[in-house]
This record gives sequence, C-alpha cells and structure tokens, in this order.
Amino acid sequence: MATGSSVPPSPVLHAVRLGVRRGWAEFVQSLRSSQDQWFYLFTAFLAVGYLYLRRDTPVEGTDLFLPSVALPSILGGLLAFGLVIGPAYSLAMEKEDGTLLRAKAVPHGLVGYFAGQLVLHSSSIVPQMVAVLVPSFLLFDGLMADPSGWWTVAWVLVLALLATLPIGMAIGALVPSAQKVGMWGMLPVMLLAGISGIFYPIDALWGWVQVVAQLFPMYWLGLGMRSAFLPDSAAALEIGESWRTLETVLVLGAWAVVGALVVPALLRRMARRQSGSQVAAAREAATQWVK
Amino acid sequence: MGDNEPGGPVVEVRDLRMRYGDKDVLVGVDFTIDAGEVVCLLGPNGAGKTTTIEILEGFRERSAGAVTVLEQDPSRATEAWRARTGVVLQSWRDHPRWTPRRLLDQMGGYYAPYGTAERPRPVPTDELLDVVGLTELADQRIATFSGGQRRRLDVAMGIVGRPELLFLDEPTAGFDPQARREFHHLVHRLTDLEGTTILLTTHDLDEAEKLADRVLILAGGRIVADDTAERLALRAAIDVEVKWSRDGERFVHATQDATAFVHQLLDEHGDAVVDLEVRRASLEDAYLALVQSHESGRSDEAARAFTEVI
Repeated sequence: MATGSSVPPSPVLHAVRLGVRRGWAEFVQSLRSSQDQWFYLFTAFLAVGYLYLRRDTPVEGTDLFLPSVALPSILGGLLAFGLVIGPAYSLAMEKEDGTLLRAKAVPHGLVGYFAGQLVLHSSSIVPQMVAVLVPSFLLFDGLMADPSGWWTVAWVLVLALLATLPIGMAIGALVPSAQKVGMWGMLPVMLLAGISGIFYPIDALWGWVQVVAQLFPMYWLGLGMRSAFLPDSAAALEIGESWRTLETVLVLGAWAVVGALVVPALLRRMARRQSGSQVAAAREAATQWVK
Repeated sequence: MGDNEPGGPVVEVRDLRMRYGDKDVLVGVDFTIDAGEVVCLLGPNGAGKTTTIEILEGFRERSAGAVTVLEQDPSRATEAWRARTGVVLQSWRDHPRWTPRRLLDQMGGYYAPYGTAERPRPVPTDELLDVVGLTELADQRIATFSGGQRRRLDVAMGIVGRPELLFLDEPTAGFDPQARREFHHLVHRLTDLEGTTILLTTHDLDEAEKLADRVLILAGGRIVADDTAERLALRAAIDVEVKWSRDGERFVHATQDATAFVHQLLDEHGDAVVDLEVRRASLEDAYLALVQSHESGRSDEAARAFTEVI
C-alpha cells in the first residue's frame, strides 16, 4: 500500500482476524446455549417427525418413498430460513442493543463485527444440518442415491451461503426494529417455503406462482439438494424433467453478486446512523410493545 | 490540570449548530477543551448535551459550525483517530453470552496496532478488570450482571484503548450513591495517572461540581456559562435576596449589599417589617430555576435569565 494512505493495511487485516475470533466465540457460545440447542432440536424434530409420519408414502412416478424426496427439499428450506432469519434477527437486535455501536466505537470495529457475523452464521448451518441429517439417516433407508452426491451438497451449501446470507443482512439492516423482523423477514420466507416445492411438487401450483418461486433462492436450494441426494431418474419429477444444474448456479450466483454489491452499502448506511441516542430510543421502544 | 501536552486544544467547537427538521437544538455552541482537563457539560434534559457529545464522538453529522477533536474533524475522522478516543456507552443487553474477560480481550484487540511506547494499547485485561472492580466477576456471563456491574463494564470498555480523550454521556445515571463515589474516584485516577482529557455530560449539578475542572452549562441551544464550578458559584452569589412582609404584603428585593439595604428598610418602617429573610443565592438556585423553566418549555427565556444571574 502506498505511503500516506489513511488506512494502513495491517489494522484492517488485524480486525478481520479479531472478527473471525469473535464469530467463532459467538458460535461456541451459541452451541452451549440451551436456547439455541432447543431451536436446533425443535426444527429437527418437526422435520424428521414429518418425514417419519409419511415414511411409507410412495412418491408417484418413482420407486422412492416420501422421506427420500422431501428430506433434501427440507434441507434447502432450512438453509434458506436459517441464513435469512438468523442474520436478520442478529443485526436488527444488535443495532438496538448497542452491540453495533460498541463495534463502531473501536478502530475498525465494524470490520471485525461483520467478519464475525459471517463466521457465526456460516458455522450455524452445521449444527442445523447435523440435527436433521443424523436422525434421518438412522431412521430411513435410501436417502443418498450415490455417495458422490455429497460433493454436490458441498457446493450447494457454499452457494446457499453466498446467495442468502446477504438477504438476511439486508433485512436486518433495513428493518426499523427487531420486532419487525417477523413481518419483513419471517413472513416472506414462510410464504416462499410454501411455494418452493418443499412440501409438495412445485408443478402442482399455478404457473405464475411457479415463476415467482423460481425468482428466489429457496426453490433452487431445494432443487440443488434433490439433485445431490436423489437418483438421476427422479429428475423426471422436476420442471423441465431436469436438475437444471446450470440454472441453479446462475440464479444463486446472481443473488450472490447482487448481495455482494448492495449489502456493503446498506451496512455502511446502517452503521452511519448508529448513535447512543438511537440505542436509547430503541430501549424505550422495546419496553413499549403496545403503541 | 498539570500535564498540558504541546499543541492546540484537544476539542475546539465554533458556532456549532444542529437542527432536526424545523427544530433548532443547538444555535451556536462555542467552547474549547485543553489537554488533561475534565470538563462537564451540564444542562437540563433535552438541552442538547447528547447531541453535542455525539457530534464530537463522530457519531452524528452536525448541521453547521466548525468542530476539531484531536486535530481532526470527527465527521471525517480516521480509524487512527478513533483509536485515540474512548466512548463510554450505556449498555443495555448487548453481549449477554460473553464474559467480561473475553469481551475486553476482543474489544481491546482492535487497539493493538495503535499502541505506542508512551501509550501502550490496549490496557491489559486483568489490570482493567481490577480498575473497575470486576475481577471476581471476570468469567461470569454478562447476562447475569446487575445494572451497576454492567455500567462498570461499560467504563472498562470505554478506557480499554487507553484513550487520550474520553467521552462519558450521563455516566452515573442509575448508579447508587456508593457506585457513584467509586466512579468519581475512577475519573480522578484516569486524569491523574493517564492524563486523560475527559468530557462528560450530566444534568446533576452536584456531580459536575465534584468532577469537573470546568463546567459548561448548555441551555437554549448554546453555552450560557463556562467557568470553574467555584467561580460560577461566586458569580451566582453576588446578589442577595431580601424578603419581608409589611401590612400583610410580601416584598422581594435583590441587592449586592444586603446589610445596608436592611438597615435602611428598618429605619424607614421599623416594627412594620415582619418575616424578614436574607438569603444569598447559590449556583444551585440559579441552576434549578434554569431547569424548571426549561422543563416548562421556556428554554430561551430560561437561558437568558440564567445569563443575567451568572
């Protein structure tokens, strides 16, 4: 870096390293927290319970049973849910409770804060996946058609992170308060889960709904996961009777690019507005739920 | 204060103005703070103290005026500038799962690239825990802390970078008297040992008198008094209030020479004068009057009346 520049490179890198440590510490704290353990176990219980109740339901047009087809779709849905709602809640809460302001008050603290957020939310998908996958593999047979599918799981996970984390961060940056994450985050994600072919095939829906669903990452995450777990013959159930791998990469990649372009500006805008009086106002507002 | 460092003032504010929508909060604030000073910004709630301190912290954009803090404009300051300042924030429920030790290690870490031989940064965590009296709670989850313990942690985080200039916005709000006393000790220790310049806000005159080398009183959107607490008290006490009743009517008169006035009064009316009361106005009286009129919405008027008294 040229001399005379206002930001020497080393403090920024130093802050990134501290941020990674911060995110890891928060991840470990989350694993130890009974609140978060319950969340992982509860979602896993719902997902696996649903699969178990319908373990003998055959899937029309294939020789597969429902758990084989529904598990990858549910994994895709859980990924999208966790990676959108997790960071959205974190950011919305932490701009209210002063965490973000603390980061702003130390040199390059925001760099560290956001690095920490990335590490925390990326790591958080591991316990969520494990909580669903372990009981599923114990209870059901024929979930993974070909072991090479794990490779596909890996790249779908990476694309899932890149495509959906920024959406969660954008929601967290834009919502006026943590109380509004339900309205602006939870509700749209639930609606998308309903139309993204997770619980029933997407071609059972009206055409325009199918189009809407295919604009968002959730459908493609489910499709990518199905392509990883299911035999190639099962592609016959999908739109265009194909796994559409190229389209999956393109759509998720496009979300990742838009996210990478838009979200840093949103985060900067959010951070610029942080001040003690804003935190104080949020504290007042939080004690006054009914207005 | 002793150790004046070379160079200009640490804080210089000229004609600072702030407007929210069509409401003027600051209408021309001027003051200067020198290195090593403890300055207290005193004023009624809503007078603009928090706005002023947030502008100096670089957390808020001003509407107009010139502000220089540690040789830079805080609204465009670098991270190296940030490393030289400390802000004591009022925590609420942040970092509930962290322990003070881990959190101070993390927050202090950001200052490490900015340490110098003269000002090693950050302050070692153990030393800091000791200074704020949290050694025994160092490995407990912050979620279990009482309000007072949390505030001590706030102070620790504010000074972890060994700041040259420390901002404290209503630092003792919610403290019990004991905690307040300990906090005052801590402030004195910081200025004596580290030569830290401190700007704090409060609406409590008593606290301002105890802590500050200099008191700035903010009212009606500007500084209406800027002096040591002692001199402000002396100035406020020049006038003496004489009250009495005569023939069932109540009289009040302000004078600088109470003795002569009472003499004359008794000579003229003798036994008719009853309920005689002579009272030297204190800074507290003047300040309370200011706060009272401010709270009843007459802030401009209050500021003017106060300027006349002081």
